[in-house]
Amino acid sequence: MTSSLLSVTDLNVSFDTPDGVVRAVSDVSFTVSAGETLGIVGESGSGKSVTASSILRLNSSTNATTTGSAVLAGTDMLTCSDAEVRARRGSEVAMVFQDPLSALNPYYTVGRQIGEAYQVHHPDASKAEVRERVMDMLTKVGIPHPEQRVDEYPHQFSGGMRQRIVIAIALVNSPKLLIADEPTTALDVTVQAQILDLMLSLQAENKMAIILITHDLGVVAEVAQNVLVMYGGRIVERASVDALFDAPTHPYAWGLLGAVGSLDHNKRGELRTVIGTPPSLITLPPGCSFAPRCEYAHSVGSVCTTTVPMLRNIGHLGSFSACHMSDEQIIQIGSKVRA
Amino acid sequence: MISDFALEGIDLVKYFPTGRSGILGRARENVRAVDGVSLSLRRGTTLGIVGESGCGKSTLARVVTRLIEPTHGQILLDGEDITHASGKELRRMRTKIQMVFQDPYSSLNPRHSVGQIISAPLQVQKMKPVQGERQRVHEMMELVGLNPEHYNRYPHEFSGGQRQRIGIARSLILNPSIIVADEPVSALDVSIQAQILNLMAKLQETLGLSYVFIAHDLSVVHHIADEVAVMYLGKIVEMGPSNVVYSSPSHPYTKALLSAVPVADPKRHHRQDRIRLTGDVPSPVNPPSGCRFRTRCWLATEKCANEEPSLNPGGNGRLVACHYPLETPVSIGS
Amino acid sequence: MLVFITRRLLFAVGLLLAVSLFTYLLFSMLPADPAALTCGKNCKPDLIEANRVRLGYDKPVLEQYWLFLKGIFAGRTYGTGATAFTCPAPSLGYSFSQHECVTTMIANTFPVTAYLSIGAFVLWMLLGISLGSVAALKRGKWQDRLATTFSAVGVSLPTFYIGLLVLFTVVIWLGLMPFPHYESPFENIVGFFNALILPWLTLAVLSAASYTRLTRNGMLEAMNEDFVRLGIAKGLKRGVILRRYVLRSALVPIVTIAGLDFAALLGGAIITESVFSLPGMGRMSIRAVVESDLPVLVGTTMVAALFIVLANVVVDILYGVLDPRVRTKS
Repeated sequence: MTSSLLSVTDLNVSFDTPDGVVRAVSDVSFTVSAGETLGIVGESGSGKSVTASSILRLNSSTNATTTGSAVLAGTDMLTCSDAEVRARRGSEVAMVFQDPLSALNPYYTVGRQIGEAYQVHHPDASKAEVRERVMDMLTKVGIPHPEQRVDEYPHQFSGGMRQRIVIAIALVNSPKLLIADEPTTALDVTVQAQILDLMLSLQAENKMAIILITHDLGVVAEVAQNVLVMYGGRIVERASVDALFDAPTHPYAWGLLGAVGSLDHNKRGELRTVIGTPPSLITLPPGCSFAPRCEYAHSVGSVCTTTVPMLRNIGHLGSFSACHMSDEQIIQIGSKVRA
Repeated sequence: MISDFALEGIDLVKYFPTGRSGILGRARENVRAVDGVSLSLRRGTTLGIVGESGCGKSTLARVVTRLIEPTHGQILLDGEDITHASGKELRRMRTKIQMVFQDPYSSLNPRHSVGQIISAPLQVQKMKPVQGERQRVHEMMELVGLNPEHYNRYPHEFSGGQRQRIGIARSLILNPSIIVADEPVSALDVSIQAQILNLMAKLQETLGLSYVFIAHDLSVVHHIADEVAVMYLGKIVEMGPSNVVYSSPSHPYTKALLSAVPVADPKRHHRQDRIRLTGDVPSPVNPPSGCRFRTRCWLATEKCANEEPSLNPGGNGRLVACHYPLETPVSIGS
Repeated sequence: MLVFITRRLLFAVGLLLAVSLFTYLLFSMLPADPAALTCGKNCKPDLIEANRVRLGYDKPVLEQYWLFLKGIFAGRTYGTGATAFTCPAPSLGYSFSQHECVTTMIANTFPVTAYLSIGAFVLWMLLGISLGSVAALKRGKWQDRLATTFSAVGVSLPTFYIGLLVLFTVVIWLGLMPFPHYESPFENIVGFFNALILPWLTLAVLSAASYTRLTRNGMLEAMNEDFVRLGIAKGLKRGVILRRYVLRSALVPIVTIAGLDFAALLGGAIITESVFSLPGMGRMSIRAVVESDLPVLVGTTMVAALFIVLANVVVDILYGVLDPRVRTKS
């Protein structure tokens, strides 16, 4: 089936800052189908969060320039009217943020905040209906004693419980797409496991698509079907999760996979690292922005520092890579990374 | 005879008074951040301390480096009691034990140049290196992989990873034998984390350092630690050689913690047979009676509520505080 | 919450006692002889002595203080026999130069100060919060620059300068209205407004300037909060987000500061009252200072302190009402 729920094409986002123009996202295109979980991995400044907030048109209106399109169920979220975007925010596409404490309004009870999200898209709902829906959601996301906790304030909940409430707000209108921006990064590992479980079970119930933004390859490996690897505002690799971990096709992905510590004792020893630091988005290097850190750029030649590599299909696993190396080279090195 | 251990903590306790209640507002309760912890760091090795937020690992770090004084217990540095060291004694002890902090952004004074930051401990200790202060700082910068030409630059001109290198250089300039690192890589991106971990491993080898390495990230600790202590609500629940604890956890909490870590390998994940802990960590103000983990433990019985388990030998050189330690070691991910 | 309020009130009472003792001791140390000031320049020594005894200035300072405290609750009678006169409770002393109980004097002047303060307060809150909101919403645009300029200029101009400027421009130069002359609102409501509109403006400009900045910064800060982004992501309307999310969180610190500023004003807007010849507590204090009228000074200081202390309690309670994190500590 070719019809996708979300189709992002040639997304470019830049921010005017006193230091210069920040090219946060460059030429990003991808699709998400109903029920799919797409992971977006990358380090800070890779453009993953800006990509996500562009879909909801959350970027600041004063200094951001966004071009391209992000068609969600037939509507281009980047060009439609403010009213149309508003009608879709929270109802068709919802968002979960990294830090659940700062994402909740400290001045209102959690019940009111969940109810408000429902009411705005169901203006005719009676007070009792809203309340019922709120209690439903609290139960669904696993808040114990919902009838008692509904009237409490965010600060009275633990970190994990707060993230459950943020999820309840996001899912109260049964959206088709959930964008989760580092939803478990601020949480402890045992709580992280609970929240991921919760998100997956609610996804199964609603056939909802999820875009999961994270820096944690472990989280991606466990919950995503497809992955985008972003670097310097661009997608450098697009692959199914199995293909990414079996035979990654981009030098940056090789470095990332090598840099992850393992719990397996046989795999201790020196971590593979990516030398250097991520590029400044104000003065992006010409050509491939990963070239200055890439250990293969020398052998490939000057093309790496002059021409931006386009995503192309590599191998038979359906992976796409933005690298100037030959297919054979990529396949050969990629197959050894995880061996 | 000089002690085998670079650093020892014996029955360390640290309480923080909290909450005011009553008309006169007298403090009544204590946060029992560290509640009876004993540990020892063998010379030239790394002791990892893991646990979730609120388990007391950062307080423990500040106690053993004497940034704060313990409520109770004893700290031995090279066999010498520094529990209540003060003034000159405390300053002398700081040449032997140094700390690396989590946040490379807030732990460096933004108004001081890198050279000033790295050399500051020399001035505090009124030490004059034979090769000259500037030369010494240059050496340190090279050692941690910074360009000595950047001597006069300011912290904001560096990336997070480089700032952490500055912090490490500062901690090494007095030639200490022990480094206590509190979440040194958790604020950094994955690829940068690996750089710092490799650097720390290299420095340990060349300088013969002993590390206390505190982190919430189990795979990071696994990578660097020879021994590991798992903390829960102010107590150590399991401690032993890192390979033993990681490959066959004996305390239910250790097992749950390990099994919760997402595995970066889609073929291996068993989300179904993972141990799921329910609920959150209880408050350290009113910890559960008996075993503190019992409220979330799937093996808990009445005994666990009544009797506090003590740390006992649990095979393969480990200590475990559990009434029902896991008998058949289950290897993770095998 | 009840425990909290009780504790705050107990603390307030203690604080007031301390302030009163300190004030009393401080003024008693002034090199002026209060008894000598009770009659004119050609006073005979025996009359001074008689007055000294009558007013209690012959007693040790601490005993004087005790009598002063007692007077607040029980009223106070000065002298004996036929020449005796009484200031009923709550008595804050007796002003010999004005031949009147201090409490009566304060009761006469306080309403003027209160009208002035309340009007100015309402004006500056309206002006400051709306200018600040506009500036935050139109950040970087001309509206923002205008508001920030107003704020910078307003903050740096002293009250007497603004007062005189307004007076000169409106009354003398443009001749838009006669020189303000205070009239009670119950007798002549038009005259009342005529007299107070300029002082209100004068006081309001200064404070509105700093509240513009407070509001602008508070709102800009709030707009960067994650919870505001979540509000937008919910699909809420802009107005709702501004009201419930942005303004709400910017307002909490503003209310706190406003409460204290308002209370400080109630103690007497000395300069504004003097410039516009308003018969308020501020002007009375100035006269008392010039004439070393100690009982009046002590009395007005006590009243001013009372307002500040009360405002602190009110602000603390308001803080609890506005911010659930203060009200419900988990």
